[in-house]
Amino acid sequence: MSKPSFVYVTYIATTPEKVWKAIVDPSLARQYWNDPNAGANHPAHVNVSDWKKGSKWEHQRVDNNNVDIAGEVVETDPPRRLVLTWARPKELGDKSKHSRVTFDIEPQGKVVRLTVTHEDLEKDAPMLAGISDGWPKVLANLKTFLETGRPL
Amino acid sequence: MTIDKVFKALADPTRRRLLDQLHRDNGQTLSALCEHMDMTRQAVTQHLQLLEDANLVVIHWQGREKLHYLNPVPLFEIYKRWIDKFERSRLGALRDLKEKLEQDDE
Repeated sequence: MSKPSFVYVTYIATTPEKVWKAIVDPSLARQYWNDPNAGANHPAHVNVSDWKKGSKWEHQRVDNNNVDIAGEVVETDPPRRLVLTWARPKELGDKSKHSRVTFDIEPQGKVVRLTVTHEDLEKDAPMLAGISDGWPKVLANLKTFLETGRPL
Repeated sequence: MTIDKVFKALADPTRRRLLDQLHRDNGQTLSALCEHMDMTRQAVTQHLQLLEDANLVVIHWQGREKLHYLNPVPLFEIYKRWIDKFERSRLGALRDLKEKLEQDDE
């Protein structure tokens, strides 16, 4: 196994259940899963699936329901751990192009430590560049959203 | 996690250099990081600990290897809190102008 490309961590004053729900529930994700600086070129996204092991999941734009990223639910243990494969929709059939994202949600006293680990990205430079820019914003937004309840 | 720790961690050229090292090549062991630093292993460990306390560096265990990763999430929190609300686009134009003028001088 190669080492992960990225490991991102944020501490959020909330509960593991709320972090889980914010990731998998489109009515919550649409309120923060975006880049507020990019305006109309970068609308909010949501994650759609029944979140059962082996099910398909899709990362959809909320304005036109375009699927930008898709994959499979590899492991699910609510509200602690979610593992997904990550691929461009047109490359779903080619597993060699897929990368892998793990969400680890650990309670630590009054806060929750959320770790997002992205592996097997090194073979796809454009995806790697987009992702290294995207995750920190999404996680910073998620923290603000859960701690203030304010949509972004 | 207070933002004070992030500012304090960033207020040191050695620690910023460590972050730059990780930006170039993410997920390094202590030994690999020490190769680029002109100081004792113990001093590098202390700087890394401060970066870890500020959540700017996170540890990932790959088997028995302790890998250090750059975690930019706190930087985005600062960005949102201190930069985004102050006219980001105009600040961007000023920065571009400064860069252009300084290049012309060379």
